[in-house]
Parts: sequence; C-alpha cells; structure tokens
Amino acid sequence: MGKTLFDKVWDAHVVDTIPNGPQILYIDKHLIHEVTSPQAFNELEARGIPIARPDQIVATADHNTPTVNQHLPVQDPLSRNQLEQLTKNCEKHGITLYGLGHQYNGIVHVMAPELGITQPGMTMVCGDSHTSTHGAFGSIAFGIGTSQVAQVFASQSLLLKKPKSLRVTVNGTLRPGVLPKDVILYIISQIGTNAGTGYFCEYAGNVFQDMSMEGRMTVCNMSIEMGARGGMIAPDQTTFDYIEGKKFAPQGDAFAKAVSYWKTLPTDTDATFDKEYHFDAADIAPMLTYGTNPGMGIKINEHIPETGDMTFEKALEYMNFKGGSQLLDTTINYVFIGSCTNSRIEDFRVAASYVKGKQKAPNVNAWLVPGSQQVVKQLEEEGLVEVFENAGFTLREPGCSACLAMNDDKIPSGEYCVSTSNRNFEGRQGQGSRTILASPLVAAATAIEGKIVDITKTILA
Amino acid sequence: MEKFTTLTTTAIPLPIENIDTDQIIPARFLKATDKKGFGDNVFRDWRYDAEGNLNEEFPLNAPQYATAQILVAGDNFGCGSSREHAAWAIAGYGLKVVISSFFADIFKGNALNNGLLPIQVTPDFLNQLLTCVQENPKTKITVDLENQIVEYIGIYNEQIQKGKESFDIDPYKKVCLINGYDDIDFLVSKKETIEAFEKERMVF
Repeated sequence: MGKTLFDKVWDAHVVDTIPNGPQILYIDKHLIHEVTSPQAFNELEARGIPIARPDQIVATADHNTPTVNQHLPVQDPLSRNQLEQLTKNCEKHGITLYGLGHQYNGIVHVMAPELGITQPGMTMVCGDSHTSTHGAFGSIAFGIGTSQVAQVFASQSLLLKKPKSLRVTVNGTLRPGVLPKDVILYIISQIGTNAGTGYFCEYAGNVFQDMSMEGRMTVCNMSIEMGARGGMIAPDQTTFDYIEGKKFAPQGDAFAKAVSYWKTLPTDTDATFDKEYHFDAADIAPMLTYGTNPGMGIKINEHIPETGDMTFEKALEYMNFKGGSQLLDTTINYVFIGSCTNSRIEDFRVAASYVKGKQKAPNVNAWLVPGSQQVVKQLEEEGLVEVFENAGFTLREPGCSACLAMNDDKIPSGEYCVSTSNRNFEGRQGQGSRTILASPLVAAATAIEGKIVDITKTILA
Repeated sequence: MEKFTTLTTTAIPLPIENIDTDQIIPARFLKATDKKGFGDNVFRDWRYDAEGNLNEEFPLNAPQYATAQILVAGDNFGCGSSREHAAWAIAGYGLKVVISSFFADIFKGNALNNGLLPIQVTPDFLNQLLTCVQENPKTKITVDLENQIVEYIGIYNEQIQKGKESFDIDPYKKVCLINGYDDIDFLVSKKETIEAFEKERMVF
C-alpha cells in the first residue's frame, strides 16, 4: 500500500520505537521565542544537561514585544525581562537569535519560511501551536509545550505516538473575493474545532495546488483550530520556486539534489487516510466568525444560527449577538491586520487593493502589523506604505501584537475587532474584547466603511 | 515529577465545552520566566470581573468546592494555544486530575508532562458525573491509575448515585506517572541511538 506525504516524512525521522510505547522522532529544526522557552532553559540548567544541537535552533522575539518604538528600551519590566532572558540564553548556548530590530526579526512563522529555514520533508517544532504553518512546505511541523521544548533542547528528539491521518480535499474554482483565509474558516465551520484532534491533516485538491505559498501558509496555520496538530500540503514547483535563492535554502547542486528528493514526497495515489472530507470550492464565500471559537463561522451574508446548546448561547451572550441575525452593518471600531495567519506581503497587497484611493472610516482604529522586518521592507519597496498612509492608516512594527494581546496592543472591553488573526476566544485580544475573524480583504473593507459590508455585493459585483 | 497512583477527592464541575487555554490562563499572565504562581490566575477572567471583583457564581469560587482536587469539564478541554502555562496553572491551583469527554492533543501532553492526569470518559459518564457533582458537591471520586478506573459515589434525591468507568492511557505515560519519571531522562539515555541516527540522516 502506498504512503502518504505525512508517512514519508515521519518514517524518515523515526530514531527508535519503544515496544508498546511511543516513537523517538528526530527534529530537524527547532524554533524558539521568548514566552515558551525560559522555563525549558531553566530545566536543563537545573539538571546540568547541555543543549544537544544549538545549530539546529533559531530564535526570534515576537509574542511579547511592542509594535511601536522598538528602538527604545521595552517599557514593561516583565516583558523586558523575558526578552533579556532570551538574549542571555541564546548567547550562552550559541543559538542564533533574530531579536528586536534585527533585519530578520519577525513572527516566528513568518520569518522562518521567508529565510528558507522551512523546507519540505523536514520535522520542525516550536513552542507555539501555529507551528502548523510550516506544513505548507510539506514538512511535519507542530506546536509543543515547554516540557517538550526542554526535551528537544536535551536530545533534538521527541517521544511521540504517530497520529492518525486526515485529508481535506477542496476542488473547483474559488469565487472572486474568496481568499485562503476564507477557505480554512469555511472548512473549520463545516467540520468543527475538534474534528482534527489526534490527526495530522493533508490539504489536497486543485484549490491548494493553485494557491501561492503564502496562501498555503494561511491555511496550514489554522489546522490547529480544527484540533489537528499539523497540516501539510504536497511540495510542488510553487514550493521549489519560493525556496530557491532564500538565505538558508540549499544552493546550487545541493538545491537540485534536494528538489529531486522533495519530488518523491507527495502522497502515493494508492495511499489511504483514516478520515477524509471533500468540499466544493464554489460553496465557499468570504467568511466571518460570530462566536468564541473559530468553528463558529458563517458566510458574510448568512444569518447566525437561531439556537444552539448552552455553550453556543454563552458565546452569543459574550459577543452580544442574537441568533438569527446578520453581521452585516455591525459598526466596528477596531480592525487588526496581522498575526502569523495573515501578515505577509500578499495579505497587505490585497488589503491595499481595497484601500487605495479611499479613506479610513473616522470611527475605526486600525492596527496594521507586518509579520516581519522583511515584510516591512517589501511594503516600502512596493509603495504600499504610502497607499496605507494616504488612506489614513499607520503601519506598526512587526510582532504578534493584538492576536494574543500580550503586549499593549489590546482591544478594549466590549469592542468588536474584525481581525485577520486565528482565534476568537473570549478575551483573546484583551479582556472583554469581541473578535470577528476574517480575511485581510474583509478587514480592509471594514476599516474603510466603519462597519461590516458585503464585499461580494460591492467591489466584487 | 510527582508520582500519581490513586486519588479520592471531591470535584469542581465546569460544564462548558471547548474551554481553551486562553481561558485557563490569559496571555497577559505569560510573562513569567519560571513555573511558579500561575495557579493564582487560573481561569482569571471567569473567576474575577474586569474590576477584580470575585465572581461568586463561578464554581472555582464556590466554598463547597474549595477542597476539590479534580476538575470535571465539558467536551474538547484545553483547545487552542500550546502554552504549558495552562497545565502549570491548573496543577498550581492544587488540582491533580481533569475529567472530560475529549481533550485537545497539546494540552493532554502538557498535562501528562506535569503529573496532571487527563481522564477521557464517555459523554454519558461525563453527564452523570457532572450532574452528581452539581447536585451534591460532596460526591467522592476515586481515580485508580494502576487499574485505569474512575468511579464516583454521591447522594442526591435521597438516593445513592454511583458510576464507574475504565479509561485509556498510553502505557508508557502510565509508567512515567506512577514512577514520577519524565521524558527528558529517557531521551538523554538514548543519546547514542540518536547520534547514530543523525549520522545517517539526509541533510542538504
């Protein structure tokens, strides 16, 4: 029987199998950041264990960093301490760190792919659940807890039970205005937030084949929101073209050799999956969430379901929405374009395409947070900074920002925020904040109009 | 890691589904660089309002559940962020076991790595258990890890209510919990095997 993409990468990394137990999986690349690494460094220190492979670790500062005045000392003493700890730990152990202000600094899941650190066929981990992003390249990439960060520090390996396999296939033609974010929000709204728990997901079908690498990253990023530890897309010419020439990508003959290996990775035609879902691209529309988990999503012009269970009612009460109503015309005072889901250059290009020549609505506070310094550079080079500034927006500096609101970028209590991030949990963007997840196009339109508008009826009609 | 064998205690009912790790420990409390003190802020925004007033209706604040060491929660517990701070917060609060009908993967692993036992039961058993604990906070729950059995006994409606169910656990993780071992020791002991693998692996 044939093997899946996941099987091929997994099997190539199994060091050993414990009888009646887990397998030891070798980890190629370990990404770390300031929030989930300090306790792991402490753990090794306390036990007197050295870091096994510092050259396979890359660090960035992103979760707990300010997005203004990054050239000045960080104001919050706790945040500053966490950043200093990361710097000290990296210096002590010889780990490459792209700290604040570095030309390669950025959100861990934005900066690693753009530097060519992420490659097909790799195993990658990070103490962050959105590590699934890197699966867009056909790598096995998943989030881990801090105990596991310590395990990888100590052994460059993890003890794991092989997950089951899941495939989500979307074929057909996407309608105008439907972005990769809408595709994944639609999938999660259909199968729920725990359909993928215990599984590793592969996305297949022409919709994903036709997507750019950045679109694929948006999709794989949100695999964890349906419970799947990771999501993967078969590497193809789009993948190879993206990687070629990147700073840490194999060069010359090594690249050609790598590509010939990467070409063997896609799932064999006779491979089978434990679970499969199929969707038609024509059924997908621009999406919005109305509740407090990413599975509570509807098409932009749909009505919120009438009734549901206690958890549903609790979510609606929190969001101050009524069952059976529409989200269209809801006044929105906050818009966030950023996060590891949607802060890459294509996201800002699509937002700029709507914004160009218009003016931000006076009621809207819009936070535009590029994913990395490299994205900032691209925005400058393409003249997009000017487009946004002319429309009344200000661009902030890179970081996770209002996606998890660890820094000062918090949405005030009771306010709605149309956000391109990945989670609409209670209080995720600040205590009492109400998040509506959407694509960068819908977010941009909201910022201009000051309320939710049906983009399928306006610009796209 | 602390050893876990058996436990008999009362439980706190939290009949809410999809409890995510942002609720268990909000991001603004993740700024520490050690593992201490997270228990003080477990379920912070459900236990307190924005002004810092105690929400007396929230089960963790109810005096009748004050000595409980088990949390009984709705389906899909621990979804969302990979923050291990969620497991540290629950364990730091003094809880030893979480019972639910479904757990998110990363939370489950994090809990096991911290001696906090996640027990997955059937939806029917969970409903019966939740009802019993809500009707009578003195309901006793016994967890026997060696035999993988969870049972409860309580009285309400003037009748004895009880139930029993076996639960699954990875055999390796079970040994770790019973003996207080963790994965780091094991992986470090496999150093030679891992280094031999490294020599053979493909690197570009």
